[in-house]
Amino acid sequence: MIQWPEKIDPEILEDLLFYKEKILKSTTRFRVQVINTYNTLLVTYDTSDFDFKKEITRLKSVNTLIMDVKPSQHQLWKIPVCYDAHFGLDLEYLATVKNISTSDLIKWHTAARYKVYFIGFLPGFLYLGGLDKRLIIPRRNSPRHHIKKGAVGIGGEQTGIYPNASPGGWNIIGNSPISFFDSERQNPCFATAGDSIQFVPINLDMHRIILEKIENRNYVLESEVCDG
Amino acid sequence: MVEVLKTGLYDSIQDLGRFGFQHLGVPTSGAMDQYAFTLANSILGNQDNAAALEFTLLGPTLKFHIGTAICITGMQSNAQLNGQSIETNSVINIKPHDVLSFGQRILGCRGYIAVLGGFQSENLMGSRSMYQHITYEHRIKKHDQLKILEQSLPYICSNAHVKTPISHFETDILNVFKGVEFGRLSKNQQEALFQQEFTVSKDSNRMAYPLDGILNNSLDAIITGPVLPGTVQLTPSGQLIVLMRDCQTTGGYPRIIQLTEMAINQLSQKAPSEKFTLKIAH
Repeated sequence: MIQWPEKIDPEILEDLLFYKEKILKSTTRFRVQVINTYNTLLVTYDTSDFDFKKEITRLKSVNTLIMDVKPSQHQLWKIPVCYDAHFGLDLEYLATVKNISTSDLIKWHTAARYKVYFIGFLPGFLYLGGLDKRLIIPRRNSPRHHIKKGAVGIGGEQTGIYPNASPGGWNIIGNSPISFFDSERQNPCFATAGDSIQFVPINLDMHRIILEKIENRNYVLESEVCDG
Repeated sequence: MVEVLKTGLYDSIQDLGRFGFQHLGVPTSGAMDQYAFTLANSILGNQDNAAALEFTLLGPTLKFHIGTAICITGMQSNAQLNGQSIETNSVINIKPHDVLSFGQRILGCRGYIAVLGGFQSENLMGSRSMYQHITYEHRIKKHDQLKILEQSLPYICSNAHVKTPISHFETDILNVFKGVEFGRLSKNQQEALFQQEFTVSKDSNRMAYPLDGILNNSLDAIITGPVLPGTVQLTPSGQLIVLMRDCQTTGGYPRIIQLTEMAINQLSQKAPSEKFTLKIAH
């Protein structure tokens, strides 16, 4: 495990993702996987048949090596979200508590570019940074037993999308038809740590149309290359 | 094909789990007691990773529609073939129409039924281990028809029989390493951690074993970081939660200790209300 200062900081993320890339590229003797969170890299192996101390020394040297590794290009994903009251169970509540209109709330939520720090908790659950401070609201006192797949919520300083139906305590403001995890695809989750996402408001009809397209596997999610 | 006449308390297909997808939030999964699982495959001469059926506290009743060979390991509970007691930890030859059943639990908590060649359930992301939202089914149901992979090697009947040391089930000391946040505990908390007795709670499952027994806690939450099977988290209320094979990939509670691989296997054989203490591994 390799740790950086305990902070949520895009610069730390860039630094550790670069290190992660170097570890993945330089490890050829055995299979490794490298998990990152906000400030940590965890390197795990599918074997214990190696010299642990030597491997630690090797990992240390990897970071100072000048390698032909470029920080990977990041994508900006445009995620359609329907903020209709049909999905946005807590939209009105949030607007009332914050003393703002629901249209302002949607405007602020869709204006921000969110950084994907890592994927964790559930398969395809993105940990996003960059929520507008005016939208921060504590989790609900009692979690809901069933939150729909694709639900978009705010919990504390975090915003995110439930990749599958699950119990949850976040305030739900909308729903995205996009599938964030599909175990049958070769790449089960399109996003990777370091990417950015932006929410694009859609209406109920569009939500239904996109869902149908996804089911027929002829929907292409909009994205562009971005520099962070 | 193997027909499920009756399920146990919780039956699923498991192998050694998924490797290489944790960065997408995918749990490792796999057999809870990998020692017992691996033993069953070794005795049969299967590949290490051949999928087996894992049962919990109560075994299922299975009807075989083909001839094959099986090996039962882990939890002990008077395994029977057509009503006659059979040996565990050894090769049992099976004829079509044979019925395998289990009696009451005697020792342990999780049992394994390995078949020659392994079960052929859905293989997703490099593993047949069942897990919700990854595999279509996350547990075995009554009337399921389980397929078996064809065995490519000719089967040679050996009379291998291996005894599992009773301590594997009955040990009341689990070996651990210091966790990432261990150093944040006070001297008193550290001492209490290794003196106190902990009890397996009834809410234990493949994801986590919450322990009964409170450790005084003054630690703040951490910013979400990686966790692994065997990671022990300390919650704000002072409860310890041991993460098991189906655990999430990240968590926000302090990670005070990490169970050794063998200790994870041993804990997975402990039923609710069993007690143990923790000891630093050397």
